[in-house]
Amino acid sequence: MTMEERDVILSVRNLDVNFGSRRKPFRAVKNVSFDIYKGETFGLVGESGSGKTTIGRAILRIHPVSGGEILYKGERISGKISRELDRKVVSEIQMIFQDPMSSLNERAKVDYIVAEGTYNTKKHLSKRERALLVDQALLDVGLLPEFASRFPHEFSGGQRQRIGVARSLIMEPEFIVADEPISALDVSIRAQVLNLLSKLQKERGLTYLFIAHDLSVMRFISDRIAVISRGQLVELAPSEELFRAPLHPYTKALLSVVPQPDPESERGKKILVYDPSVHDYDEDPPVWEEVVPGHFVLGNQREMEGYRMEANR
Amino acid sequence: MFRATPSRMQLIRNSTFKGENMQKQILSVKDLDVKFNLRGRTLHAIRSLSVDVYRGETLAIVGESGSGKTVLNKNFIGLLDANGFIDGGEILYYGDHEVRDLAKFKGEKDWLGFRGREISMILQDPMTSLNPLKTIGSQIAEAVRVHQKLVGDDLKVAVHELLHEVGIENPEKRARQYPHEFSGGMRQRVVIAIAIACQPKILICDEPTTALDVTIQAQILNLLKELKKKLMLTIIFITHDLGVVANVADRVAVMYAGDIVEIGTAEEVFYDPRHPYTWALLSSLPQLGIKGEELYSIKGTPPNLFAPIVGDAFAPRNPQALEIDFLKEPPYFEVSPTHKAKTWLLDPRAPKVEPPEYIKNIRGMGRR
Repeated sequence: MTMEERDVILSVRNLDVNFGSRRKPFRAVKNVSFDIYKGETFGLVGESGSGKTTIGRAILRIHPVSGGEILYKGERISGKISRELDRKVVSEIQMIFQDPMSSLNERAKVDYIVAEGTYNTKKHLSKRERALLVDQALLDVGLLPEFASRFPHEFSGGQRQRIGVARSLIMEPEFIVADEPISALDVSIRAQVLNLLSKLQKERGLTYLFIAHDLSVMRFISDRIAVISRGQLVELAPSEELFRAPLHPYTKALLSVVPQPDPESERGKKILVYDPSVHDYDEDPPVWEEVVPGHFVLGNQREMEGYRMEANR
Repeated sequence: MFRATPSRMQLIRNSTFKGENMQKQILSVKDLDVKFNLRGRTLHAIRSLSVDVYRGETLAIVGESGSGKTVLNKNFIGLLDANGFIDGGEILYYGDHEVRDLAKFKGEKDWLGFRGREISMILQDPMTSLNPLKTIGSQIAEAVRVHQKLVGDDLKVAVHELLHEVGIENPEKRARQYPHEFSGGMRQRVVIAIAIACQPKILICDEPTTALDVTIQAQILNLLKELKKKLMLTIIFITHDLGVVANVADRVAVMYAGDIVEIGTAEEVFYDPRHPYTWALLSSLPQLGIKGEELYSIKGTPPNLFAPIVGDAFAPRNPQALEIDFLKEPPYFEVSPTHKAKTWLLDPRAPKVEPPEYIKNIRGMGRR
């Protein structure tokens, strides 16, 4: 496996994110660790409320980190950082949001929406240079430059999502957090946006953190998938391996509910229900361990033995 | 003289009671045209559409947004927007006692006794279809009171029974809570409880699980299936998620630009699709994509329904369109007694066009 040789672009180490008062915190993310390699698409799957978006937002420095650290290209970007690093992180790490209907400013024209980031990071630009950048960004996502003078309500859902992609591209990012970028879109437009994202990845060597709850899309787009449940990662593996040999009962349950466009198997389908009480973690707390190269799972010593046997079968 | 021959409806009822003939329609749409007046122009949203809905089945209607799925179903419960109107055709509803043409209904008075009691609807977003200022119990009670004329303790008991029926535990306590105290999946259960409160015959589900997580989605789909069996419902299921369709549907209707272009049993439409638009829809599924390769996507945009459509509406987006597709609208060609499609490809004179390679191995993919 060449995995060890690849460059790590982002590294999350023992991340904790708490909300609420300090005395009675709500632990949204508990002790999460993973590495994302340069140029890959890393999928993060979980139910709503599992903390997947919180991790994405912590990477973007929107939520403060309560414990652990986040390293970007080897430098710590969580907590207090220098102004230069902050500037670098702001332009190199960008986000694409879920709902194209609510993530664009309804009162601003497309040229302002797309250019907004550059007003902060590229102050020296003249009006013309900025307009050229906007035109290029729109062309890159398959829209026409004349759209710049229109308002968001004049566009369809798919076009709006492209505008959302254009405004992150203009910052020349290297790492993009895509938070459910296609969940709100129609089937046919989904395919277009997925194709656009993978085309941009190939052309610019982008790295994606792809957050979604739909495993069927994940299998297609992600190189590796991490499954999160109640703020903890429960399993992490290359996509095909995760689908072929899921180990953790939560992953198995999640895979069992993925709808497939196949009426025969849908009718005979058995839905597995995840019951957290199967774990006996009171005396033997769970650890995050690599059972086979590249395949991590959360479990205590007794479970780990079973997982290892299952993985090597 | 009239008494000697049983009426048509009695015949239908008798046969359903015997359970021997489930293939009787409950709703029959014939050449329905629906138009909207928009800024002085007319939009032709439903273009002489015909479809039969059979008693006790689940009919799934799939299509892109804007294809008219929701507009079609709004006609069945009289909730068409004020600028929309029916411009011909009929919607026959075969009730227990009489056949009624819903297209002839005038105003709220006609609909009041009908909507909810005969046909009911669940909307997509459980966050917005409940009133945030009223308790869950009172919102369900409203539906029960109006239609079943219950009061006092009887009403309370009926509400608790409904909550229990849709799988909400501890109904006494939950009935006193407000919508914000419920999760998305639980709210959708409440919406379902309201929809079934007056024991409708047909339940229209308009994207009921699109806003929900996969796990919750599976639960809601199971609940709908259970209720269908228990209450002998007929379900019309609107969605653009083909995975969900495969799970719930007995029959599938594919809609494009205000008309049904293909209809058949779920097996026929998934394993043996005939219309190029159905091919395109199935091919663009990420489930069928091969990693690293471009996913199939439908080029272009749906046609402008302000202008009249000539020929096959899908032809401009269909790379393999025939010449005649641009000239003349295809009729339905029958593939099997239950399966028909509106495409010239099925005409005996048409050249043989093979469906795309990757949709041929849909069968069995769920097990891989």
